[in-house]
Amino acid sequence: MTPPIQSRLLRRVAAAGLAGAVALSLSACAQSERDNSSSQSQGKVGGTMTFGAAGAPEVFDPFYATDGETFRVTRQMFDGLVTYKPGTADVAPQLAEKWEASSDGLKWTFHLRTGVKFHDGTDFNAEAVCYNFERMFDQKGAGQSESVSTYWIDNLGPGFKDGAKSALYKSCDAPSADTAVVNVNRVTSKIPSIFGLPSFSMQSPKALKDFDANNIQAAGDSFKYPSYALEHPTGTGPFKFGKYDKANGTVELVRNEDYFDSAGKAKLDKLIFKIIPDETARKQALKAGTIDGYDFPAPADWAGLKSDGFNVAVRPPFNILYMGITQKNNPKLQDFKVRQALAYAINRQQLVTSQLPEGAKVATQFIPDTVDGYNTSLQAIPFDTAKAKSLLAEANATDLTVNFYWPSEVTRPYMPNPRDIFGAISANLQAAGIKVNPVTKPWNGGYLDDVDEARADLFLLGWTGDYNTADNFIATFFGNPENRFQTKFSPWGQELADRLKAADSEPDATKRNQLYQQLNADIIQKYLPAVPISHSPPALVVSKNIQGLVPSPLTAEDFNSVSKT
Amino acid sequence: MLRYSVRRLLQLVAVLAVLSLLLFAWLRSLPGGPVSALLGERATEESRHNLRAQLGLDQPIFIQYLKFLGRALSGDFGISTGVQSGDSAVAIFVQRFPATIELAVIALAIAVAIGIPLGYMAARRRDSFLDNISVVSSLIGVAVPVFFLAYLLKYVFAEQLHWLPDSGRQTGDLEATRVTGFFILDGILTREWDASLDAFLHLILPAIALATIPFAVIFRITRAAVLDVLNEDYVRTARAKGLTQQVIRSRHVLRNALLPVVTTIGLQTGGLLAGAILTEKVFAYPGLGEAVALSFQKRDYPVLQMLVLTAAMVYVLVNLAVDLSYAVIDPRVRTR
Repeated sequence: MTPPIQSRLLRRVAAAGLAGAVALSLSACAQSERDNSSSQSQGKVGGTMTFGAAGAPEVFDPFYATDGETFRVTRQMFDGLVTYKPGTADVAPQLAEKWEASSDGLKWTFHLRTGVKFHDGTDFNAEAVCYNFERMFDQKGAGQSESVSTYWIDNLGPGFKDGAKSALYKSCDAPSADTAVVNVNRVTSKIPSIFGLPSFSMQSPKALKDFDANNIQAAGDSFKYPSYALEHPTGTGPFKFGKYDKANGTVELVRNEDYFDSAGKAKLDKLIFKIIPDETARKQALKAGTIDGYDFPAPADWAGLKSDGFNVAVRPPFNILYMGITQKNNPKLQDFKVRQALAYAINRQQLVTSQLPEGAKVATQFIPDTVDGYNTSLQAIPFDTAKAKSLLAEANATDLTVNFYWPSEVTRPYMPNPRDIFGAISANLQAAGIKVNPVTKPWNGGYLDDVDEARADLFLLGWTGDYNTADNFIATFFGNPENRFQTKFSPWGQELADRLKAADSEPDATKRNQLYQQLNADIIQKYLPAVPISHSPPALVVSKNIQGLVPSPLTAEDFNSVSKT
Repeated sequence: MLRYSVRRLLQLVAVLAVLSLLLFAWLRSLPGGPVSALLGERATEESRHNLRAQLGLDQPIFIQYLKFLGRALSGDFGISTGVQSGDSAVAIFVQRFPATIELAVIALAIAVAIGIPLGYMAARRRDSFLDNISVVSSLIGVAVPVFFLAYLLKYVFAEQLHWLPDSGRQTGDLEATRVTGFFILDGILTREWDASLDAFLHLILPAIALATIPFAVIFRITRAAVLDVLNEDYVRTARAKGLTQQVIRSRHVLRNALLPVVTTIGLQTGGLLAGAILTEKVFAYPGLGEAVALSFQKRDYPVLQMLVLTAAMVYVLVNLAVDLSYAVIDPRVRTR
C-alpha cells in the first residue's frame, strides 16, 4: 500500500534535514589547514619541481632501505660523512671535511664540519656520528634481516653488536666535538667510499631516539617499521621532509633554509615526487606537463622525447650486464673450454650496436673503466664462431644443450630489453652448434627464484655499482663461493673468493690496484664464471625548463642544484 | 525480509571462507613471492632461506593459512611488502577506498544519467535515427577495451590539447586539507573550492573511460525493458483511461521498466571494480584498482588478499542491496 502523500513528504523533508545537519556538523569540524598568509606569495621564488617516481618509497629511514625509489628521496634529506662529486663516482667531502687512515688501515679519523645542524635544530658533531654508527651496529631481531639492514650486512657487517657473526665495523670514538674515529676489524678498500651511501647517512640522534628508530618487528609476511622510518626522517640535507600524501601518491620535500653550505642550498622551494607506477603513464604525464621529469625512460623513447623538446640526460655507464653460467647442474659447463666457447660465440659488438642505447660499450671485464683496478690491457674476447666450435669439439661438447633463462616483465638499467638481448645471444649460441632451451619467467614471478636456486644453466643478469670500488662489483658476484654462479661446485670457487678478499684487504692503494687488475684478467682468462656482455648508460629525462640536474653514474642525483624557470 | 537478509549474510561468510582458502593457496603456488620482491638482485640462496624462515614462509601452507586467518579475524591483514611497504593492508585499503568510490560513483552517475534517458528515448522512437546511432554507440562501448579508450582519451585531451589532467587525483603542489579522503567532499567541507574542482577535473577522463561499459549495458537493458512495457496491457488500459502521457510515462512505463535496470546497475557496480583495475592503472589513479594491479605485480600477498576478499564482500553486499531495493520500487515484492 502506498503511504499517504503527507507522510512521504514528511519523510523527504526529514531526510533532507538530516543530510543537511550531517554536512553542517562535518564542515564545522573540517577546518582548512592552508596557510594563506605566506605560502601563496612566497611560492614562486624557486618554484616547485615534480618528479615522476616509479614506486612508493619503502621507508624514509635510508638505513633500512634498499631500492632506488627510496634512495632518490632520502638522498635529498640526508648527508653522509662523504659524498660523490656530481657527475662522477669519486669521493668528495660532505659532513667530513677531510679524513685519514692510520698506517695499519684499521682506524679512520674524520674531521667534521662545524656549525651543522639537523632539521630538528640539534647539533651535528662527533657524538652524533658515533651515535649513528652504534645505532646501525646495535640492530636486534628483525633489524638483522637481510632484507632490512641489507647495506650494513653487505658493507659494514655482516655481523652486529650481539657478536653472533663477525663484522667489519668495530667501534666509534669521539675524541673531540669535530673529530670522529671509526675503527674497523680488517682493512678494506670500501672505506671511505661506503660512507657516501645513503644507508650510512647521518640522522638526528634525538629524532632516532624520540621516534624509536630501531624498533622494527617481523609481522605476518612482512616487517613493521617504527614511526621514525615512516614519518620522521631527520637529517642535515638541503631538503626537509614535508609530507607523504598517500591518498594522492605524492611525497613533498621542502627547502632547508638553514642548510650549512650556502653554495649547496636548494634552489627549489619544493620538490615533489609523484608516484606513477606505469612507465607509459610517466611519459604521458611528462608530455602533459603534470611532471617535470622521470627516471629511466626506455631507450626506445629517447629519440622521440628529444624531438619533443625534452632533455634526455644520459648517465655515464656504471653497470654491467653478464650472461651467468651455473657450475652446479650441467657438468659440461664445468669445463673451462666450454665456457670459453660460449664467450667466443657471442657477437657482443653487434649486440651493443643494435640492441643497446647510444653510449653503451662492450664489456671486457666485470667492472666499468672508471673503477680503480680496471685492466686496460684486457681485450674483449672476440666474436669467433669457428673458434667456439673448435673449443667445443676439443671439450667433447659438440652436443651441448643448455637451458637459458631470460626475465620477462622487467627492464633494468643495464638491460633495457631482455627479450631482444636474449634473442641475439641465443641466435649466436645456436650458430655455434649449441642447442638452446629458452626459459622465460617474470622477474618477480619465478625468474630470480630459479636463477638463485640454480635451475638455470645460463641466465641474464647484471648490477649497477653503489660506489667506486672493484670490490663492489666483482666481490658482490664472486666474493662468496655460495653465489648464484654456484662457484662452490668448481675447483676454483674458493680460490677466487680468497683472492678477492685479499685484494680488498690490501692497505696500499697501488698494490691493491695491481691485485684487482690481475684478478680482472684472471676472471676472464682463468675462471670465466660468467661472460661479461656490456655496460649500458641509463638516462633520466626532464623538461626544458629544468636546469642544473647533473646525471650521476651511480644514479644518485642531488636535486639541490636544480632550478625551474 | 529480516530473515532473508540474515540468511544472505551467512552465505557471505561461507563465500569469504572458501575464497580466502583458495586465494591463499593459489597465491602461494605462484612462482616468485615476497622474498624475491624484497631481496631482488642482491639475493643469495642463504639470504633467501633466512628471510623465508623469518617471515614464516617455510612452514606448511595450512599452518600459514591458519595463522593468516587468526590475524585476519582480528582485523590484521598484514603489512604491505610492495605497494606501500611499511603500511598495513588495512590502512592501504582505507586510504584508497574513497578514491575508487569517487571514481565509481562519478562513472556510474555518467552511465545512468546518459544510459537511462537515452534508452528510454531510443525505445520510444524505435528504428529512428537516434535509436540506430545509440545502439551502435552502445555496441562500441561494450566492444572497445577500457584501457584502449583510456589511452585514447588521455592522448587527445591531456597530452595533445592539455584540457584535462592526465594522471593522479590532484595536482601535486596544491595545498589541500584532507578530512574524509573523498577529495571533492573535502574541498567542499573546508571551502577549498579550487581543491574540489581540481579533484573533479582529475576524475573526468578516468570516469568517462570507466563509464563506457555500464553505460552500454544500462542503455540496452533500459531500451529493451521499455519496449516490453510499452506493449503491456496496462499501458494500453492507462491510455484508454485517459491518463496524460506524462503520468503514463513516469508511473506506468518507467517504473516497471526500471526493475531490470536496477538489477543491472547493481551487477555493473561489481564490474566497475574490475574496470577500475585497468582505468586506474592507465591514469595512475591511486585507488584500489591500481593497488590490485601493483600488489599482483609485486607479489604483495597481504594487500592482494585484503583487496580480493573485500571486493568479494562488496560484490555480495551490492547484490543484496539490489534485491532489497526491489521492495522499494516494486510494491508487489514489498507486500510479500
